[in-house]
Amino acid sequence: MTMTATDTLKLEADGIFRRKRLLAFGLPLLILLYLTYTFFSFDVPGLIKRFEIDNARALVADSYSYKTHVARDNRTGGVEVAIEGERKGTYPEGEAPDWVSLGETTRIDLEDGHVVTFLPEQVVTYDIPGYGTIHAQTSRSKGVVTTLPEGDLPEWINKSKNRLTITTEAGRLTVTRNRTEVFRYFTGWELFFFTLDSPYHGMSFGNLVGRAFDGEAGAIWNDFWNNKMWRHSEVVWALFETILMAFLGTMGAAIVALPLAFLAAKNFSPLMAVRQVMRRFFDFFRGVDALIWTIVLARAFGPGPLTGALAILITDTGSFGKMFSEALENVDEKQIEGVQSTGAKPVQRYRFGVIPQVTPVLLSQILYYLESNTRSATIIGAITGGGIGLLLTQAMITQKDWEEVSYYIVLVILMVMAMDWFSGWLRRRLIAGSESGH
Amino acid sequence: MTEIHGNIEEMRADYLALVRRKRLMDGILLIVFIALMVSGFMIADDRNAGGFWDGIHRFFDFPKEVLSEAGEKVTELPAHFVKFFPSLIETINIAGAATLIGAMGAMILSLLATRGLARWPRLIPVFRRLMDIMRAIPEIVIALVLIFVMGGGPVPAMIAIAFHTAGALGKLFSEVNENVSLKPVEGLSSVGANWAQRMWLGVIPQVSPNYLSYALLRFEINIRASAILGFVGAGGIGYELKNAMSWGKGQYDEAAAIFLLLFFSIVVVDQISSHFREQLTHGRKDKRKVTA
Repeated sequence: MTMTATDTLKLEADGIFRRKRLLAFGLPLLILLYLTYTFFSFDVPGLIKRFEIDNARALVADSYSYKTHVARDNRTGGVEVAIEGERKGTYPEGEAPDWVSLGETTRIDLEDGHVVTFLPEQVVTYDIPGYGTIHAQTSRSKGVVTTLPEGDLPEWINKSKNRLTITTEAGRLTVTRNRTEVFRYFTGWELFFFTLDSPYHGMSFGNLVGRAFDGEAGAIWNDFWNNKMWRHSEVVWALFETILMAFLGTMGAAIVALPLAFLAAKNFSPLMAVRQVMRRFFDFFRGVDALIWTIVLARAFGPGPLTGALAILITDTGSFGKMFSEALENVDEKQIEGVQSTGAKPVQRYRFGVIPQVTPVLLSQILYYLESNTRSATIIGAITGGGIGLLLTQAMITQKDWEEVSYYIVLVILMVMAMDWFSGWLRRRLIAGSESGH
Repeated sequence: MTEIHGNIEEMRADYLALVRRKRLMDGILLIVFIALMVSGFMIADDRNAGGFWDGIHRFFDFPKEVLSEAGEKVTELPAHFVKFFPSLIETINIAGAATLIGAMGAMILSLLATRGLARWPRLIPVFRRLMDIMRAIPEIVIALVLIFVMGGGPVPAMIAIAFHTAGALGKLFSEVNENVSLKPVEGLSSVGANWAQRMWLGVIPQVSPNYLSYALLRFEINIRASAILGFVGAGGIGYELKNAMSWGKGQYDEAAAIFLLLFFSIVVVDQISSHFREQLTHGRKDKRKVTA
């Protein structure tokens, strides 16, 4: 008899082990299978072919460096020096950084012995140490005529009838029929503080502080704040707008959701029909995603921070309603009874019996959402057109201001981390301050 | 007698003063909060393209338009459902793959960032900060950069969501790890198991139900995120929605079909996931935090 009992036990144990083993090997296998499926369904092999390494390189290089363009218009002969080739970063007529000497012939020193010279008659020469001098002349009829030193054509020179491109570690020279252009690369974000039209451009920090004390602080701040290249005032506004969207949306949702949550909680709302309606209502608001709400709201209110705030408000009303009603269902009846025994009216019962109990839970949820909604507001802003999300997408669409993109990315990360820290701080302060513990 | 009496009087006065101060503080806090809300609303309203009070009447116009068009062409809806089903699957796949990859990353990161379990205890703060940063970067930022480098498609979205998921889940996972019993780990190390074996055989079996439950919750969130990223060019149902919207008036039947598909898939996934999460934590005495 006992044998059979142990036998069944052993069989059972074997069965359990087999199941465990199956799970231990089956689950990873299943995951692997799924990932393989997605690998092919997302066409990853094709993606590797499409991968644009040049874009990646431009992005990385641009994020920490900038280039100054020195360009000659080959029809008029005028030479222009511009940072990033932008109108806003153009040096005034006749002025140039010290490595460019303007005149009848323009000499551009690219350092390490690399020198580009714009000569009259649309001639340009480029002295490359260890290689020789490249001579190029452009004309309307013949295009670009290039004379290279003896030897094979190196791969960093790209030459055709109408175009010459030389890329060296010191810079880059492009010659076409209409335009001769030299790029020189520098590390850093140029013009971050002051643009070229500001008298404070290029001043040392000590000098600036001295002038600030001499009564120029307002002017200095004004030139910095209204920097046309980096648009500091607009960026700060955009950050503010994003946080505003998150704040209005989260707090608004909490205000709307709290009374509704009472209607959906089992112990406060005796009518089952009302509860069911409220719950479906919450599910609906959560289920219609923030994306859809954003689109619908943008139609009614147009792009802007209000639309984003309302989109967050509506979506989170659903989430908060659900969570608040669950928190309300978990309240301790004893406290309410205690308050009731002192002859409190229903409103007072809620105020003194329920609210103090649920406040810490609700507050911690609201503050958690405030942080996560800062991130959502960035995303919604990119769709509906408000805040830092919009600036980010705009800077990306132009595909050249990558230093601005990286600047915005850094700002977004700092903003979210600051909000994370702030909501954590507030949570500790408010919840510890309300004496009810956690 | 009089001394005690005086004391009680004093205590009462003290208490009342305390209550008054607390009420005053609460009142000030409330007023500040209301002022912030009202002024914030006014600023937002001011900077919006259309005002709130003008727009509120038009709120239902667009849904009405879409729904009425969908109603007129109700016979075409099934065909649209079939047409957009593959992109819905793509959206779900983006979320699924991203959740899986992100959860695996989060598992490793969280184990490396938990006291008592970490492979290199000195690097715990490094991994914690790393997770904070990963969590702080909105998906859209990574997705847009990757779209520029790789071209549009599901992979940029997947990488972006997986990256964020690894940070977000990593934090939750490391909270779970803190409550783990170290006895199995010590037992395993006494028989000479290496770090990976100790974690895989000693820790993971203890925490896997909580991990799974959090990962499922994240999957719900990620489906929404992947739909949104589609809208900025990362493929899937969001991309189709953007195209359908751009057809404009008279062509909203496709948009309506996509709205419905997205809505129902989100609701279905939410229901299934909450069912499983209930099962995973049912009867367990772990104190799951009410976050997320």
